[in-house]
Amino acid sequence: MAFKSDDDKTAYWKENLSILAKLLVVWFVVSFGCGILLVDVLNEIQFFGFKLGFWFAQQGAIYVFVVLIFVYMAKMNALDKKYGVDEE
Amino acid sequence: MDVQLLTFIIVGASFALYIAIAIWARAGSTNDFYVAGGGVPPVLNGMATAADWMSAASFISMAGLISFMGYDGAVYLMGWTGGYVLLALCLAPYLRKFGKFTVPDFIGDRYYSQTARTVAVFCAIFVSFTYVAGQMRGVGVVFSRFLEVDIVTGVVIGMAIVFFYTVLGGMKGITYTQVAQYCVLIFAYLVPCVFISVMVTGHILPQTAFGATLADGSGMYMLEKLDQISVALGFAEYTTGTKSTIDVFFITFALMVGTAGLPHVIVRFFTVPKVRDARKSAGWALVFIAILYTTAPALASFGRVNMIETINGPDLAGTPYAEAPTWIKNWEKTGLIEFNDKNGDGNMYYAAGSITDPNSANEVKVDRDIMVLANPEIANLPAWVIALVAAGGVAAALSTSAGLLLVISTSVSHDLLKRNFAPNISDKAELGYARLAAGVAIVIAGYFGINPPGFVAQVVAFAFGLAASSFFPAIIMGIFSKRMNDKGAVAGMISGIAFTAAYIIYFKFVNPAANVPANWWFGISPEGIGTLGMLVNFAVAYGVFKMTDEAPQEIQDMVESIRFPKGAGEASAH
Repeated sequence: MAFKSDDDKTAYWKENLSILAKLLVVWFVVSFGCGILLVDVLNEIQFFGFKLGFWFAQQGAIYVFVVLIFVYMAKMNALDKKYGVDEE
Repeated sequence: MDVQLLTFIIVGASFALYIAIAIWARAGSTNDFYVAGGGVPPVLNGMATAADWMSAASFISMAGLISFMGYDGAVYLMGWTGGYVLLALCLAPYLRKFGKFTVPDFIGDRYYSQTARTVAVFCAIFVSFTYVAGQMRGVGVVFSRFLEVDIVTGVVIGMAIVFFYTVLGGMKGITYTQVAQYCVLIFAYLVPCVFISVMVTGHILPQTAFGATLADGSGMYMLEKLDQISVALGFAEYTTGTKSTIDVFFITFALMVGTAGLPHVIVRFFTVPKVRDARKSAGWALVFIAILYTTAPALASFGRVNMIETINGPDLAGTPYAEAPTWIKNWEKTGLIEFNDKNGDGNMYYAAGSITDPNSANEVKVDRDIMVLANPEIANLPAWVIALVAAGGVAAALSTSAGLLLVISTSVSHDLLKRNFAPNISDKAELGYARLAAGVAIVIAGYFGINPPGFVAQVVAFAFGLAASSFFPAIIMGIFSKRMNDKGAVAGMISGIAFTAAYIIYFKFVNPAANVPANWWFGISPEGIGTLGMLVNFAVAYGVFKMTDEAPQEIQDMVESIRFPKGAGEASAH
């Protein structure tokens, strides 16, 4: 048994799902939100030489995706340590 | 030195490099062959994953597609990168902890069902063959244009190289070769793009040049100019596009989920030593992919401006065909550029519409696949840059083919043979069959590369739709719902695939004339229907699950054990 108790196991999974949910909300907002659903509204805003909605769809969303994975990695590694279920 | 000789030297040198790596990293066991012994460092694995993922389509076709689609091209940019977020957060770490060789292994074990495993094997083989035929074709096109050998010779050379290092090295050889291929392809992609950025805007970084003002002193933003030219020639504004919002939404979603469900991508995460490495590796893979994917839209817009200004002249009045630059003549020979002097004035004029339609002013047909390959010529870049682009295109096609062939050979030797027909087969014999299967798969793929079925382009939508509506929901439920059972999963996969396949087959093959937005359900095109198929899969699986018994206790315990990293061993067969 890797966890100290069943409560720990439930708590770990719950925290895991909450990290997941928060990051997936950001994932959805930058791509489907800013890049697709709200694109016409954001295109009214000029961002350097881009219309903002267009920039999110062809550049911004991708940068955020990269950051999301590294944030997830850091948070999960910390969570594993907290519950003593990391490797080593 | 002329372009052709330089191309021979650069492409030849890259081949020598790949072969040397393959000899150095031969596979000694099935573990080496299937998952590179599970010992690939995460950053290198990320690089190999990026090369595996970025196919001839990403390298050769994507910027061209965006160039012609404008804003709508974002479906590919977001769809093919956003899928990695799903993969890293929802699939990779858990599948690594599960610790088997293949996706059908997971489906078969998690749903304790031989039927589920067999359905998964056939999906994996079908998806992979669809893809690999397109890659071989890509190799053929590059060879025939740059080395001026015919397409058959080009495909045969490509097959021989892939055969050599896939059969010899398996996943281990492929992984290290792909690291080299990534370096070649990204360098080849960036160099011409940086040259062009500097020429058009004076910026070195394509990503910022994209939103900068033009270098011609007009003080106008590049995109503003592009919108203006597009509208003047009868196209939609470049930065707004023409697809409906719902269609863009569904296509993007289907591509993301399809990416996360593709077996040759998922299997990459079995090759790293630990669960935390799987997370890290997905992050690095996306970094390496994003370098190309954020450059592509910049290249697309510069290419568009350059192409229009070359054909129509800076005043957009048309230029004399007799004085056309050599790249137009070169590509005309391959049939990818056509000129039809409708008004007989001897000038070329590019505009919206078809070159055979008397009501349109357009006289030049430009195939979108040539944008990346022709860009260095259009911009008058030095010969070595053109040669480099050829080597990059070949690297992209070879790296993806090798990854796909490995999935096919693993599916045959491991999932079908060992799991279904000959469970007592020795490791050595299994390795022999894996090599044989890879060899046969290469020959079949090569045949389709030389004689491409007319539907190669159409089946790409099929492959993503299939992965989105079958694998993705089955794996997600397998991890996040302990109680989901075999009957629910199998019913879900079959109904998801059947629904998606029926919709695509109807609009693409049975009645292509009806393939217009007015006939689509809710305005969703066949490219985006995988998203709906995925929802059908989830709904049917849940319904059937509610009416049948939940998964047995030992399966539920197994699912709990893959939810945390501790105790992940090497990937293994049992």
